[in-house]
Amino acid sequence: MRRTIPLVLTFMVGMYPIFAFFVPHASISGVNQWLDRALMIVAAFALPLGVVNLVGMNLSKIKQKRAGWPYAIVLLAGLVVMTYFGVIGVITRQHAGFHPTFQMLFDNMVSPLQATMFSLLAFYVASAAYRAFRARNVEATILLVAAIIVMLGRIPFGDMLTGGRMTPLSEWIMNRPNAAAQRGIIIGAALGAASMSIRVILGIERTYLGKSRD
Amino acid sequence: MQPLGLSIGVWVNALLTLCILSFLYKDNPFFRFAESLFAGMSLGYYIGIVTVQTLQPNLIQPLGETFFGNHNYLLLIPMALGIMLYFRYIPRISWLSRIALAVYIGYYVGVLMMQKIHGQVIPQTRDTIMPVTTGGIDALWNLVVIIGVFSVLVYFYFSVEHKGVVGKVSRVGIWFLMISFGASFGYTIMARISLLMGRFSFLVNNWIRPMFGI
Repeated sequence: MRRTIPLVLTFMVGMYPIFAFFVPHASISGVNQWLDRALMIVAAFALPLGVVNLVGMNLSKIKQKRAGWPYAIVLLAGLVVMTYFGVIGVITRQHAGFHPTFQMLFDNMVSPLQATMFSLLAFYVASAAYRAFRARNVEATILLVAAIIVMLGRIPFGDMLTGGRMTPLSEWIMNRPNAAAQRGIIIGAALGAASMSIRVILGIERTYLGKSRD
Repeated sequence: MQPLGLSIGVWVNALLTLCILSFLYKDNPFFRFAESLFAGMSLGYYIGIVTVQTLQPNLIQPLGETFFGNHNYLLLIPMALGIMLYFRYIPRISWLSRIALAVYIGYYVGVLMMQKIHGQVIPQTRDTIMPVTTGGIDALWNLVVIIGVFSVLVYFYFSVEHKGVVGKVSRVGIWFLMISFGASFGYTIMARISLLMGRFSFLVNNWIRPMFGI
């Protein structure tokens, strides 16, 4: 019973968008649009589930004074401050949209931290590339050559070395062999996702309901 | 002279950037501080975005303005489903959270299936069916794409052992995949280097030069 009801609901709700696709009547697509909006709200409610876990984990780290506990305080402080300015505009109704401080914190803290964190990878990618790209066999050589051509094709130095041939060659790789492989991956992954959807709708795949048998 | 607010923002921005870059020397407390701050603030930012862009226009505003008009009271259903997700923390009624999860998962797998088939499989297959008998270089490049897509799909087809002709075709598929991975790798490196240049440009032009008036 406790598993059957969710499985029946999954089937009914899962079949609806498929039904709505093939029956494009205004009343049916209207319900579909409402479901779209409604499920967006459910998804928004799901976000604090992760927040609760993160806060609980960090609070216990602080309480037990485990290694690196001061950083847990920093994490929670960042979370509280950003959340406060994110939701305060909605609660007080003083600001349409975001509180100005929220945008200021994003521009001067979140955005540069994110950009620098990602840019850090530029240094480590060099050593990773050395390990991955050593031309040990045909496949690794193809990978190495494609990566070098694309990298040189993105900077003026590549064209300077080859008399303007590197950019067109890089574009050809991106638009032909790369596009072909990406297309194969997309088709394969989409077919896999569609078959997984059928398994979930038909109740064959049930892992999302959890492990307990009750 | 910069306005005080702006200069504080620039200083915070620059110091956090240096904290992250300090990891290039070795793992240190400054990096750990910035890393924890980034994790907390990113989550807080996401909570703010979801509150302002999803919950406010789709739930809070419609319910607050006209509860009965436009059938807005029906929004209490997704709200109740969202709250039901938290029943997992109450062991006696934790199974009820599965109902909310079932509706959410069921609807999205239904939508996903139609999106994948009609938005990816069919358009990508249609775009692969290109003329190869028109002559000229374009026909040759079209043939390259067709061979690439077909061989990559054969590589991902695991129901047949990759031996004989299938093995040879899937080997060609691997070459196409290697070109694509190499191109993606090269592209990613260049993107990360652009980010790094952006950070250094900020440090030099927005922080150091104004600091010394140059």
